[in-house]
Amino acid sequence: MISLSFSQTLMLMFSAIIVENLIFSKLYGASPFIKVSETPITALGMGIVTSVAITLSSALTWIVYHLILEPLGLEHLKTMAFILVIVALVQLLEMLLRRFTPSLYSSLRTYTPFIATNCAVLGCALLNIQNNYNFIRSVCYGFAASIGFTLAIVIFAGVRARIEFATPPRAFKEFPLTLIAAALLAMAFSGFSGIKL
Amino acid sequence: MSKNNGFITQLKNGIFDNNPTLIQLLGLCPALAITTSLSNAIGMGVATTAVLICSNILISLLRKFIPSKVRIYTFVIIISGLVTAAEMLMKSFFFDLYTSLGLFVPLIAVNCIILEGADSFASKNKVITSAIDGLSMGLGFTVALIAVSIIRELLGTGTILGFSVFGASYRPAILFTLPAGAFLTLGLIAAVVQKARYAKEDREKSKGREEERV
Repeated sequence: MISLSFSQTLMLMFSAIIVENLIFSKLYGASPFIKVSETPITALGMGIVTSVAITLSSALTWIVYHLILEPLGLEHLKTMAFILVIVALVQLLEMLLRRFTPSLYSSLRTYTPFIATNCAVLGCALLNIQNNYNFIRSVCYGFAASIGFTLAIVIFAGVRARIEFATPPRAFKEFPLTLIAAALLAMAFSGFSGIKL
Repeated sequence: MSKNNGFITQLKNGIFDNNPTLIQLLGLCPALAITTSLSNAIGMGVATTAVLICSNILISLLRKFIPSKVRIYTFVIIISGLVTAAEMLMKSFFFDLYTSLGLFVPLIAVNCIILEGADSFASKNKVITSAIDGLSMGLGFTVALIAVSIIRELLGTGTILGFSVFGASYRPAILFTLPAGAFLTLGLIAAVVQKARYAKEDREKSKGREEERV
């Protein structure tokens, strides 16, 4: 089953975090990235919750696809099945958060529904199937990609904190300036794309 | 006559005053990712609009039967079913488009514009107004995609719909085909839109002041 050596898995993970960063090279999950304006600490909390969702959904959707949909010949229903899995998972995570970390839950409450509709979660699940990864590799990829997502939103929360004090021309206030800052950050990340692993 | 007017105002609202992507900031993901070429943008816009109209109609028809506690999940399931249908249709009739849009076809299912339309409009309104709302929001999204993709395709590859514009001597600015170019282009377009909005507000304000004086 494990046709992949340890070092290969590490390389896959490194490239998923930095070189093929979910936000900066694939543009999955760009909506919450641009819209969620938070302090770096809250961004980290949101990143961790999203990471857990992405990693667990990578595992669950692999199981659903290869053990349920494939034997029944229902591959074309994968979008629907995966969304059901993700929605249920996010709901469960929300309940656990509310039960065990009420303070984090209260600061993230407005964003938790967005986790289920985050492109990154469904995107990762579909990428795993498209690239024909085995179970271990799917979970590793999901985990690494979500670390990349967290890294990006934490860095960007820091950048945003600086933008708050800037006085741009009125037309650039808020959203346009945020996008342009994201463009600069994406340029910085595209510098890594020369690294071939 | 008044009904006709309502249709046009609703359409104008979706495309200009309340554009889902440029003003409400919904559906940024596809607006950034697939806008490398105009044909992609048109395909994506049309597919999303079709799903949006169908989902608004279905949800509006079912609005009295969906319990409000589980409404979001019901919407998501209805939408993903429609997206699966759209995906299969696109795969059999527009295979080139399907391959170039890649995973962003199934990802229409998590486009916030559709869920937002379902939750804040279709679940409260009648079938026909919901369908028109879907059409206007979809067209607004398509217009935004086309605006971004024209700039990116023109500067990034020097072509429009595959036809060369600047001639063979043009050296394309590759930046615009990269994700960084996507953020940059959308940011600049959003700035232009914001500028126009502020100008309109100022005009209305000064008009109001003049009227006070009179």
